Amino acid sequence: MTEAKVTSASPSPLAEFWFYFKQNKGAVIGLCYVTFIVVLALLANVLAPYSPTEQFREFILVPPGTEGFLLGTDGVGRDILSRLMYGARLSLLIGLIIVLISLAMGICLGLFAGYFGGLIDTSIMRISDILQSLPALLLAIALVAVLGPSLMNACFALSLVYLPHYIRLTRASVLAEKNRDYVVSSRVAGANSFRLMFITILPNCLAPLIVQATLGFSNAILDMAALGFLGLGAQPPSPEWGTMLATAREFIQSAWWVVTFPGLAILTTVLAFNLMGDGLRDALDPKLKQ
Amino acid sequence: MSLLSIKNLSVTFGTGENPFRAVDRLSYDVNAGEVLGIVGESGSGKSVSSLALMGLIDFPGKVSADELAFEGKKLLAMKEKERRKITGDEIAMIFQDPMTALNPCFTVGNQIMEAIAVHQGGSKKERKAKAIELLRQVGIPAPETRISAYPHQLSGGMSQRVMIAMAIACDPKLLIADEPTTALDVTIQAQIIDLLLELQRKKNMGLILITHDLALVAEAADRVVVMYAGQVVESGPAEEVFHNPSHPYTEALMKSLPESSEGKDRLDALPGVVPGANDRPNGCLLNPRCPYATDQCRAQEPELTEQGNRSVRCFFPLTNREDAA
Amino acid sequence: MSVQESKTIMQGTHLKQHYEVSQGFFKPKGLVKAVDGVSFTVQAGKTLAIVGESGCGKSTLARQLTMIETPTEGELSFEGSNLLTLSAEEKRKARQRIQIIFQNPYGSLNPRKKIGHILEEPLKINSDMSAAERKERALYLLEKVGLKTEHYDRYPHMFSGGQRQRIAIARGLMMNPKVVVADEPVSALDVSVQAQVLNLMMDLQQELDLAYVFISHDLSVVEHIADEVMVMYLGLVVEQGPAEKIFANPQHPYTRALLSSTPRIDPEHRIEKIRLEGELPSPLNPPSGCAFHGRCPYANERCKGERPQLLETPNGTLARCYGVEEDRLDYLQAVLA
Repeated sequence: MTEAKVTSASPSPLAEFWFYFKQNKGAVIGLCYVTFIVVLALLANVLAPYSPTEQFREFILVPPGTEGFLLGTDGVGRDILSRLMYGARLSLLIGLIIVLISLAMGICLGLFAGYFGGLIDTSIMRISDILQSLPALLLAIALVAVLGPSLMNACFALSLVYLPHYIRLTRASVLAEKNRDYVVSSRVAGANSFRLMFITILPNCLAPLIVQATLGFSNAILDMAALGFLGLGAQPPSPEWGTMLATAREFIQSAWWVVTFPGLAILTTVLAFNLMGDGLRDALDPKLKQ
Repeated sequence: MSLLSIKNLSVTFGTGENPFRAVDRLSYDVNAGEVLGIVGESGSGKSVSSLALMGLIDFPGKVSADELAFEGKKLLAMKEKERRKITGDEIAMIFQDPMTALNPCFTVGNQIMEAIAVHQGGSKKERKAKAIELLRQVGIPAPETRISAYPHQLSGGMSQRVMIAMAIACDPKLLIADEPTTALDVTIQAQIIDLLLELQRKKNMGLILITHDLALVAEAADRVVVMYAGQVVESGPAEEVFHNPSHPYTEALMKSLPESSEGKDRLDALPGVVPGANDRPNGCLLNPRCPYATDQCRAQEPELTEQGNRSVRCFFPLTNREDAA
Repeated sequence: MSVQESKTIMQGTHLKQHYEVSQGFFKPKGLVKAVDGVSFTVQAGKTLAIVGESGCGKSTLARQLTMIETPTEGELSFEGSNLLTLSAEEKRKARQRIQIIFQNPYGSLNPRKKIGHILEEPLKINSDMSAAERKERALYLLEKVGLKTEHYDRYPHMFSGGQRQRIAIARGLMMNPKVVVADEPVSALDVSVQAQVLNLMMDLQQELDLAYVFISHDLSVVEHIADEVMVMYLGLVVEQGPAEKIFANPQHPYTRALLSSTPRIDPEHRIEKIRLEGELPSPLNPPSGCAFHGRCPYANERCKGERPQLLETPNGTLARCYGVEEDRLDYLQAVLA
């Protein structure tokens, strides 16, 4: 019996991660909700009752539950449920793109800054300081205004806005790991700078980055909604949650459902991502384990 | 009456069928003016036992004991507040890493004066005078200026002296030193041990010296307790135990020191490692590593038995064997 | 001694490592002489031990030997060629033959990589062996250091300190090194495990004809493993010579103090204590004359003013001390009497 226990006392990192992750009930709920939204988004063309852009002229501003429209229709007679489903596609994709761009660039710049130090470090960090000293949304608005309002430009602008967080986070972890003995022994083994940065050091810096990326995901959705609300993000008739909110503001008094459901979708998704991010932090940060 | 008397102290973590006994039925006495050495490798429960004594084991750890008495007063039966009064005033503790045991935001004097204020009070001026006096007692040069130094301005040895000054601030009757010199260099270690022993003699304190270093205990302690995997395996007067060990583990530890293998190429290493929480063997806890283990050792757990002034937890104590042979 | 036994494999001559340290905005930069003119030879298959307290420069020296740092001055030769003037390619080759083992087995293995990956990394970088050959060599060395082949697929956190140190040793041996620099390899380990690892290191030395540069503060360990000993204080060598001579009759007061401060179980092994006053002076502001004079019970005016040289002693070792030169140290006279 003791023998069996000895061997089972060494779980794989994935099993260990899951063990700590599932201790956090909120995180599991968050994960379930996120999975649910992702499935909805992926299967939107199968699950959605109508096309997101089809206008039912005879059913303008129908309240939820009537005439076969589960969540009602908007000011031009489009089914809100269908638009939300297709909107999930767009919003999640936007979040993903923004996070991936800023994460990839942030990791590279942060690794360079932390690993090489000196002039490279100073210049990268000062530029990121400048980026950070401007109000985030204002900077994004300015960038979009210069590049012209479109979804891709908005994504790019927001990626740039989030970049400093990832640079700082990567740089801090790299500085902490850089002088650890295992890095030195890789160096003694003859590893070059590229190998040291990306193969030896980077995997050990990933935990806080994954957490930040998850939380960044919700930020991206939120800020994109804000840009959409201002008319600088997705252009109508694309069913994006923020844009839906923006076009619905004239009905706040008369038809509550047109505003409420996109708003709720944004709120719950962002909440779910934040809960999941907390759980990830608990599970990935060794300092919090006992 | 002994100063501190412990009988069957156990500390368990976890519940259910298989709680982990970090400390298993530990018993020892400390008299006033005596130095007791507790030796063991990491995972032997030597530090946990002293934390339990100080009431520093937090939930989910559970502490139980047949007796845990300081000068005849039962510590476990007391209210939290009374107990803290005793553990603060009469029992003091020094930790391994002096650099992290001091609060980096306050000056050394500030921290000593706070320790005095909690237990003795007095005006600010009196406390400052006392703090300087304490720093002088622990051999810190120029205490009048050092009192306003911050911890990061002190070396490891100096920080440990400050820790000792704080510990003896309220004239404790018992001082527990948990690996007090492990983080220090040898020449500084010698200074600190000399200082501890000198203070212990001068104030007639009881001193519990917890360490992994057998030779240090052999040089400093009057009596010694050897621990293995949460249990006492041997105890007795230091000189006798080290001159003529009775438990195979004590013998093996001594043999594995390079000092004992002079002129030999190889050291007599004990194979294996201290069992962890999940892999404690049946029977005697040492049996998988013990060169003398028999079937009885693998099946039954030996009890700690007294033989004169020594106790040993072994079916076949080495001292008996040599008598027979 | 036969010719083969005394083959020099590595030699350092007047190695220095000076660092500039800024002390604040308007103060001049300070100069720390971490290593200040150290010379030594390492014999093939033998162990040179470097002893000293923290801050004496022994770890800096280790980093010089493994070419992690380039000495500010001095010469370092390995198998007859000067390591400091080699081309990048030759340097890379030499580097494979000089390996290092660190003190802290918890920090020296990459926590995110499997043992197999950690062991094979040097081969992946430096050789064109196939994956199967690399694995074969990794498994061979795992067994050699007393671990099981099934440990190949595990992560470092599943191992105890002693096992990790074995893995670190195995990694050091992957490239068939000639010299292994071991920086306090056993001081983080428990007593019984320490003995296991020391035994392993000595077995491997015999079998593979390795030379060790063994860095330690623990004199009882050094006494057991070393052939040659070098005692350092504040970047300088204070005593240097064959281990048995140094341990039998230490000449320099600092060596003597170190020896007498090391606790011993057997009362017969204890020597009369020399207790040092005070602590290691700041390397930024080293004392004039002999660096040790502030703590030395035998210091006189000459020690405060002039710096002694490393000279041969009657004992057959080298020592840097006026007390020894002038033969005025009572413990040495006691031995003669």
